[in-house]
Amino acid sequence: MNQFEPVIVAFCCHYCAYTAADMAGSQRLSYPPNVKIVRVPCSGKVDAIHILKAFEKGADGVYVAGCLEGDCHFKNGNTKASRRVAYVKKMLEEIGIDAGRLEMFYMSAGMGERFSQVARDMTQRIRELGPNLTTKAAVEGTHKAVA
Amino acid sequence: MITAERKPLEEIIEFVKPFRRLLLVGCNECVTVCAAGGRKEVGLLASALQLKFMKQGHAIDIKEMTLERQCDPEYVEELAPIIDQADAILSMACGCGVQEMARRYKNLPVFPALNTKFMGASERQGVWAERCQGCGDCLLGLTGGICPIARCSKRLLNGPCGGSTNGKCEISPDVDCVWQLIWDRLKSLGLESRYEDIMPAKNWQTSRGGGPRKIIREDLAE
Repeated sequence: MNQFEPVIVAFCCHYCAYTAADMAGSQRLSYPPNVKIVRVPCSGKVDAIHILKAFEKGADGVYVAGCLEGDCHFKNGNTKASRRVAYVKKMLEEIGIDAGRLEMFYMSAGMGERFSQVARDMTQRIRELGPNLTTKAAVEGTHKAVA
Repeated sequence: MITAERKPLEEIIEFVKPFRRLLLVGCNECVTVCAAGGRKEVGLLASALQLKFMKQGHAIDIKEMTLERQCDPEYVEELAPIIDQADAILSMACGCGVQEMARRYKNLPVFPALNTKFMGASERQGVWAERCQGCGDCLLGLTGGICPIARCSKRLLNGPCGGSTNGKCEISPDVDCVWQLIWDRLKSLGLESRYEDIMPAKNWQTSRGGGPRKIIREDLAE
């Protein structure tokens, strides 16, 4: 019986979160390979449908990482993202999926340590929540674990 | 526009759970503007339904379509080629659209995904408020362009009631006293004298009170 290894999608804004991930790399800080990064120009680009589709296609957890509050490169994209994440959390509750599987995080470009900490924390949280059983793969019994 | 809000997901699931092939139809007009039933919301609801059904152990086939309007037969007709691929229709239009779908596609059950609310306008992004009740005999010219039928809680026609306090209605501090708004507007137009013109009791026959209404244009109807 393999230990469940979650698949987590992280929508990271180019100017802060993605750069923080890069920083983590330069500082040789490790973070779990469970986190798959999707680079977006701004966290405000992420819409509700992107989050729901990520869950539909097999993600066990999703998070959106943007700039620190007040510091969004595009002025207020991160506040828009935060409101959308809150809206989708409510939808997830309606669907019967634990809203803890989705989260919004803020960080600055220099916060390599924070990026890797967030990645570790989310991976641990999702590991405890268990696999997302609402995906086609789960229904067909072919849910894949990450090595 | 006609405003609406999506029904709770639980209620929608109750409607559609016996079916395995759904046609989810949105509308590109009013419900798109109030972010309730447009192309985006169709995508969201389809995804949410898919997740819910897969949680229960079986995927369902959902076809997503967004028509220009669902209240005109020419647009509803566009679904005819694919209608055989569904067991039920879930309409994200206002009540008008849902009924047009039911009228045209008699052999399929049609369900509303939205609760249609009111005729209103945008106050700011994401906020819509009731503006018109379709009384059929518009008196906006007499009240400086502000409607006491739609916006007065008691539909008073000759000034505020005793409950008007600091420009707010007694039913809630969030509701403006429309007669305060009307007075302020008439003042800014220099038409305070108009305020004392008495409006007689309204003839409600032109409103819904006279029964379901119809407009027939002799020059347009064949």
